[in-house]
Amino acid sequence: MPSNQAVLAEDLVKHYNDVKAADGISLAVPEGSVLGVLGPNGAGKTTTVRMLTTLLRPDSGHATVAGADVMRDPAAVRKRIGVSGQYAAVDEYLTGYENLEMVGRLYHLPAREARARARELLAEFRLDDAADRTAKTYSGGMRRRLDLAGALVARPPVIFLDEPTTGLDPRSRGDMWEVIAGLVRGGTSVLLTTQYLEEADRLADNIIVVDHGRVIAEGTADALKDQVGGGRLHVTVADSAAVPAACEVLARLSPTGAAGIDVEEHTRSLTIPASGGTTVLVDAVRALGDAGIAVQDIGIRRPTLDDAFLSLTGHAAEETSDEASTVTGGVR
Amino acid sequence: MSTLLADASTIARRNLIKIKRVPDLIVFTTLQPIMFILLFGYVFGSLAGSGNGAGYREFLMAGIFAQTIIFGATITGSGMAEDMQKGVIDRFRTLPMHPGAVLMGRTFSDLLNNVIVLVVMTITGLAIGWRIRDGLGHALLAYALMLVFAYAISWVMAYIGLKVRAPEIFNNATFMIIFPLTFIANTFVPSENMPAVLKTIAGWNPVSTITHAARENFGNLFALNPGGASAGAAVRHRIEYTWALQHAEIYTLAWSVALLLIFVPLSIRTYQRSVAR
Repeated sequence: MPSNQAVLAEDLVKHYNDVKAADGISLAVPEGSVLGVLGPNGAGKTTTVRMLTTLLRPDSGHATVAGADVMRDPAAVRKRIGVSGQYAAVDEYLTGYENLEMVGRLYHLPAREARARARELLAEFRLDDAADRTAKTYSGGMRRRLDLAGALVARPPVIFLDEPTTGLDPRSRGDMWEVIAGLVRGGTSVLLTTQYLEEADRLADNIIVVDHGRVIAEGTADALKDQVGGGRLHVTVADSAAVPAACEVLARLSPTGAAGIDVEEHTRSLTIPASGGTTVLVDAVRALGDAGIAVQDIGIRRPTLDDAFLSLTGHAAEETSDEASTVTGGVR
Repeated sequence: MSTLLADASTIARRNLIKIKRVPDLIVFTTLQPIMFILLFGYVFGSLAGSGNGAGYREFLMAGIFAQTIIFGATITGSGMAEDMQKGVIDRFRTLPMHPGAVLMGRTFSDLLNNVIVLVVMTITGLAIGWRIRDGLGHALLAYALMLVFAYAISWVMAYIGLKVRAPEIFNNATFMIIFPLTFIANTFVPSENMPAVLKTIAGWNPVSTITHAARENFGNLFALNPGGASAGAAVRHRIEYTWALQHAEIYTLAWSVALLLIFVPLSIRTYQRSVAR
């Protein structure tokens, strides 16, 4: 089995005194696929990446990366991975070119190859105009791209991306997504952590949801969405005074009765599970009309990954996010 | 071993590029000793009385040399703390590098930095009348001893820098240690005249022995004694009041070796386990 798994972790544990940063994390990244590790800040995402990239030694558990044992042969692991961190680990006093050339030398590429590879990556990441400027002058998005380029210098088969777009503006984030999608098309296996559901939805083949150091759910984005049930019927009434009346009407249609209704007073919206498909919609339109309730908007929607996350963890994905993500927190 | 040297030189080159890009750093590290030479040399020199200001300045040079190279070695620690804080160490640690390479490259580039500082100070000293009076060979021995000692201190600082992680805290902490360490010594005033407790501390302080060894090898040992070398044995007996001062070169070397034996492995181990927060 390990031969076709780029990353395989079993029951990784890392405790700091009382804090269970990782409390038995198991995961697998099949070769050529992208695993999204989703969770709020402090859930254990970064700790997991640090254990898999040989930065942290797990208290217990077992992991192999590109066929090498993380604990027994960390040197072999380092030869086969590229890591791009949460905050760009570029040397700001070096130029973009010097940064990549240095990383190439440290991967022990011959001097000529390190230089050529640096130029090649700068062009690929649209940094060639800025190649000979110090990284200090780069924007946040450019630094991230440079940092990611650093992870790719030695063309490693496995890449770890720890929150590659946290703190980036929407445009830079879109650029980053394109770059990552390109890598995957090239056959690279990727483990990606993120607190953005849209990012996981967009990039990941498989997703694990991590909270309090444990994996609380896993599957494809679609499978996770299905876990919160099928579709949901959303109704927005025209007048807030009509909300209680609408509530009564919908309770009769909800499979779980009044308990199944989510009401948001300030947006005048009501939501009930709608496993019955479009018949529920037709019934609801008729029943609301009969009761004389004016409807502004009504429809059946598939649950979003947000819904899935909320129902899995009991709190929203970005609830505990730091200042870096609140800057761009409204993006999704 | 060859990967260690190759990786270390890649890292050293990176650090030297930084010195080139941010010349403030080297300007500051060289301006400060120049200022000290002038301030101490002329302010304290006038206190020395009986018109022996020139003698005091000659006495002072070895002390300022010692203090400056020790402060010069602290940049190893602030550099490591800074790299740690910025996540650069995390990046290095995921690369297939030799585990000692970052520290070796860092300490080596800081050693080169100290060489530059020594050259600038030597020129300043010569300009205010300080002279090398015991031949070039002995002077080179003095410089070599200082650099070896500074290199050992670099590794101590690397360890502290890795433990402290925040460059600001590192600077404050080391200043609080190094300032008294370089003052309770024979660097700026003859320690044999100090009160008993201070005199004893100064007598065994390696900063005193490196200063003493340099002073002797520069031929400046009797600069404060008008009788000069002819007053000889008696003066020497008064100055070298501890075993450490009597065997200043060996004592300094022993300290350097001991510090390296402890802090090279300790720093490398800490480096291998340290992760940015």
